[in-house]
Amino acid sequence: MYKVAVLGDRESVGGFASLGLSVFPAEDAAQASETFARLCGGGFAVVFITEALAEELREEITRRRGERLPAIIEIPGVRGNTGHGMQSVHEAVEKAVGSDILRN
Amino acid sequence: MATLNVNPTRMELTNLKRKLQTAVRGHKLLKDKRDELMRQFLDLVRENEKLRAEVETAIREADTHMAVAGSVMQKEALETALMLPKQEVSLTVAEKNVMSVMIPVFDAKFKTADAGDIYPYGFAFTSGDLDDAVGALSAVFPKMIRLAEVEKSCQLMADEIERTRRRVNALEHVMIPRYKETIRFITMKLDENERSTTARLMKVKDMMLDKAHGYSQA
Repeated sequence: MYKVAVLGDRESVGGFASLGLSVFPAEDAAQASETFARLCGGGFAVVFITEALAEELREEITRRRGERLPAIIEIPGVRGNTGHGMQSVHEAVEKAVGSDILRN
Repeated sequence: MATLNVNPTRMELTNLKRKLQTAVRGHKLLKDKRDELMRQFLDLVRENEKLRAEVETAIREADTHMAVAGSVMQKEALETALMLPKQEVSLTVAEKNVMSVMIPVFDAKFKTADAGDIYPYGFAFTSGDLDDAVGALSAVFPKMIRLAEVEKSCQLMADEIERTRRRVNALEHVMIPRYKETIRFITMKLDENERSTTARLMKVKDMMLDKAHGYSQA
């Protein structure tokens, strides 16, 4: 049995707590990085992370991309959205096809 | 094209021919794998894009409600309301094998079946916008799980496609031409040896006849 984690700033993740997801509020990069490492350690199949925090943890996220679990999914937060979630979809296409055929 | 560094012998030639055959078969198989992966990937990535757009819109909307709730309620009251969730989500993870890429299949289960359990607070002291926010998030949750599944699959498949494409190209443009070139080189060398042997035999025969009968004086 796995769980679903949500990592982000306090305002963005609050609502998810009531759905029964495990929320991990993190305000700064250092704290987020530590929590993120713990989340990837096991027990969580999906880690939703706000785009703002994902930006801070870009390196670690990229490193864990090839691993089977957890699936690290970027979601928009209350503030600091970068649009990187959608961008990473396009990056995947570019990697697989050689050019981004979805963007036209 | 550089040939392989091998001795031009018949045994090497047989070995190389066998290797070439394997390489050609491998190339064909990998090419098929790449094409099929690509086909499935494109379907999946289109769904991924659509889902992501939907999920992002829904979360933004929920965030707007949450912001309104946050402004009409006190911060402490808001946090207290969301502090102790009644509902709990657990996820079972199965695996699906797509062209030897293991992609995850998520199945979310709730602890309680009651749909009302997503509101862990009494309605009396909270803003209605909080209900809207939580309701909106709850509505989009199945899509979020599907998004997680699809997006992870896309990432894994993109990696595999890239790897497969490299292997196909390496076989097609490096290994196979190199084998062919080397086989040609050995064949030429062996033929050349054959001719030189024949020429030498003829020469020796001439010399022997000359010695026995003195033909060259005639």
